[in-house]
Amino acid sequence: MDLFSQTWQYLLDADNWTGAEGLVARLLEQLLLTATALAAAMLLGLPLALWLGHLGKGGFLAVNISNVGRAVPTFALLAILVAADWPGSADFGPYGRAGLATLIALVLFALPPLITNGYVGMREVPSDVQEAADGMGMSSVQRFRRVELPLALPVVASGVRLALVQVWATATIAALVAGPGLGRIITEGFARNDYAQGMAGAVVVAVVALVLELAAAAAQRAVDPMPSGPSSDRDDALSVPSTTVAEAPTGG
Amino acid sequence: MTILGAADSGPSCYSRFVNEWFCWQYVEDRHVQITDALVEHIAITLAALVLGIVIALPLALLARRLPRLESLVLGFSTGVYTIPSLALLPLLVPFTGLSAATVVIGLGLYALTILVRALLDGLRSVPDDVREAASGLGYGRARMLTRIEMPLALPVVMAGLRVAAVSTVALTTVGTLVAYGGLGDLISHGVQRDFRAELMTAAVLCVVLAVVLDVLLVLLQRVLTPWTAGTR
Repeated sequence: MDLFSQTWQYLLDADNWTGAEGLVARLLEQLLLTATALAAAMLLGLPLALWLGHLGKGGFLAVNISNVGRAVPTFALLAILVAADWPGSADFGPYGRAGLATLIALVLFALPPLITNGYVGMREVPSDVQEAADGMGMSSVQRFRRVELPLALPVVASGVRLALVQVWATATIAALVAGPGLGRIITEGFARNDYAQGMAGAVVVAVVALVLELAAAAAQRAVDPMPSGPSSDRDDALSVPSTTVAEAPTGG
Repeated sequence: MTILGAADSGPSCYSRFVNEWFCWQYVEDRHVQITDALVEHIAITLAALVLGIVIALPLALLARRLPRLESLVLGFSTGVYTIPSLALLPLLVPFTGLSAATVVIGLGLYALTILVRALLDGLRSVPDDVREAASGLGYGRARMLTRIEMPLALPVVMAGLRVAAVSTVALTTVGTLVAYGGLGDLISHGVQRDFRAELMTAAVLCVVLAVVLDVLLVLLQRVLTPWTAGTR
């Protein structure tokens, strides 16, 4: 396999890492895109989902939005946004070419896991705990902040983790429509029949994805108020829908 | 909308000057090309799903026997989910080249990870007393699996298969990186040439295909598991 040694050579060559089109610049561009989009999606989606879960309304929408997100190909949505007059493929600050179109697509694809898990997490708070909170004389807002939110946090955090993985994947695909990010290294490599470059880009994308996932998993464990013990049976009951259904890759 | 645009003599709705998003004239003129892409899309999707099922079934049965293998399988599947599709396909190119096999294997890998989990969850959802009753009736291991456990696991397994099918339809578009993306090739071409009708038609067809496949799987599940009809 000659291609492997060529890929290795490409990764060892410092020239490929530096410069405006280098791996480091692209990596920072994609990390910036990912962080911005995830923050925006959390600001938009989480308050809505948590409040709907608290009220127990809009469940059909909150649960089915994931299925819609999965059926729409990331690539198709990106293509439509780039081909449209607005936001189009213009430069957008530090986000580069087609930056705005990419950001919009990233936020849209981060919303389904955030909304679904936010809603489900709030609804899965045991009803006897809610009744106990009411019985202690807590107001609706107090119950939301001091009882339901802490108990829902592990499920919400796993939604954030899924959204992060999704945003990273979508940001990579942005390169198929000449957008910013590390995917450009891959698509340019394939366009020029320089498969070593394509492979090298893919290796970097995959390694960073795994690192992000591990970091997010560690952060998720850190925010879990009850890492083990009495909550474990509740988590088992949750894990049936959340492992097989929610963690499936969406259209990216 | 220029759905009836064929009648007048002006520029067609997909000419460079008009560039409508929805253009029936385009669909009529290029229906051969569109059908070819659609057929390729369906073929790649189905091949990936079949590949996923064929590998997932023995893997899930093995993992159920060996708990150590189960955590390995689950860890591996989380890892595969994490890798973006645009990065997974190049990593397969050294083995399979620029062929449809690259896309089928890549997407099969994603489908496989969903299906293994669904199979494990499904088999775990079979109540223990049912298993005990069956062994009391003299069912051996093989007959227990095919006659008792698989039918009872089907609802959970089918839910996983629906998720796998819908996301595979969407992911197939990324195969355009190695020029085997089905409708994704039309989208890619549409972006490069700023050809709105082409990319919108392909995008809509992708979503329609995903919905149709999902409905077919729901119907299949109704037929296979008639006893769940009332509870859904």
